[in-house]
Amino acid sequence: MSEHLLSTRGLGREGAVALLDIAEDMADTQQRQVKKLPTLRGTTVVNLFFEDSTRTRISFEAAAKRLSADVITFSAKGSSVSKGESLQDTAQTLQAMGADGIVIRHPASGAAEVLASSGWTRAGVVNAGDGTHEHPTQALLDAFTIRKRLHGDTSRGRDLDGVSVVVVGDVLHSRVARSNVWLLTGLGASVRLVAPPTLLPGAIGGWPVEAGIDLDSALATGPDVVMMLRVQRERMSEAFFPSSREYAALYGLSAARAARLPDRTLVMHPGPMNRGLEIAGEVADSPRSTVLEQVQNGIAVRMAVLYDVLAGRRGAA
Amino acid sequence: MPPRTLLQADDVRRAIVRMAHELVETAPDAARLLVLGIPTRGAVLARRLAAAMSDVVGAPVAVGTLDVTLYRDDLGSQPTRPTGRTDVPADVDGAVVVLVDDVLFSGRTVRAALDALTALGRPAIVRLAVLVDRGHRELPIRPDSVGRNLPSAKTERIRVQLTEIDGTDAVTIE
Repeated sequence: MSEHLLSTRGLGREGAVALLDIAEDMADTQQRQVKKLPTLRGTTVVNLFFEDSTRTRISFEAAAKRLSADVITFSAKGSSVSKGESLQDTAQTLQAMGADGIVIRHPASGAAEVLASSGWTRAGVVNAGDGTHEHPTQALLDAFTIRKRLHGDTSRGRDLDGVSVVVVGDVLHSRVARSNVWLLTGLGASVRLVAPPTLLPGAIGGWPVEAGIDLDSALATGPDVVMMLRVQRERMSEAFFPSSREYAALYGLSAARAARLPDRTLVMHPGPMNRGLEIAGEVADSPRSTVLEQVQNGIAVRMAVLYDVLAGRRGAA
Repeated sequence: MPPRTLLQADDVRRAIVRMAHELVETAPDAARLLVLGIPTRGAVLARRLAAAMSDVVGAPVAVGTLDVTLYRDDLGSQPTRPTGRTDVPADVDGAVVVLVDDVLFSGRTVRAALDALTALGRPAIVRLAVLVDRGHRELPIRPDSVGRNLPSAKTERIRVQLTEIDGTDAVTIE
């Protein structure tokens, strides 16, 4: 169906629903006595990680292994070679080694796109997070989790029409927020972004969302989903807010704030969480929290993505 | 050449009733029967066959769907296929499983189904029921119950139509 997965932007409603439906079937296979599928036997998937990420890397690794692919992990963090050259050399090396699929995480926005369009490799490319640009599998697993909580066993074939989502926090640095904006609105959901003025991107005027700086008024609308973003200190070279205490007070999802939400409202977080900063521990551990479901669903969603990109005849779609 | 009709709706109905009798008579334990259809038309046939079998047994016969896409050996030869739902309502361990498909041709789909079934458990017996056997097997697989043997040229196209999907019951060749 698709040659690469670089962004959620081009998926479209039907493409996204089809991918989520495959993920449903993948999730079902993980309930079986034998969880391993022969589907990608003989295929080599390289996890090419230029940036730390334990959970995403392990999730992709588990997904590829459940599909019987051979997995090679290439941790390129700390490379002193300049980014462009390094990526080219690495890609050409992996091509020579016979990689069929490359899962790439890179600190530079657009790195996955460069890899896919460069001609350095014929492998199918899956974007596992590029700079502050996109993290499509995270958005897909978020959409999958929302759909599953809302519709359970009857999720297949459904979009997210009419679902209201509030995304809170460091939107400026968040590729998760960007991928979710395109995917969730593409599936028919309405998205409202809430962030300190310093953490709202300037380009937001062109996004299909509402934006604001007041968390309490956004929560008062009684949204179906509140998605908390991680405060990414590692991407902040300057002060974006006066203090952690002030951030937690104004933009943290405290127990008191959560208590004012309708019972049906889901609380999501892509992890890893800064407990006590953007989300209170007791909220993260409450029944409305989907944090662990997101992790579990991540494997099924990544199995679906790897299947979609790698199972069919390459370039035949 | 325009398509030629080989089986009419009545032929399909009679074939299913006969197959139901055959499958029940040869099942050692009718209480453990589990009819699993391979999507798409095999799943529809499985439901009809299970209904006909319950008439013979005088008790409900468990019926479900077994998607084999992820177990196929030809995934790399065409664009990625969408997967289908697997829905198995009874324990596979020790069951008398009847796999159902519309047309038996190379046997590769059935091979994939046997692998998919193994991942779900260990059936006591696996039988194979198909509405049409058109020959040209590429694997050592044979059906236990056949609606109609239709020897065909490899280039001919046999099409099974079922009311639930196609609005009519018929088997045609072109």
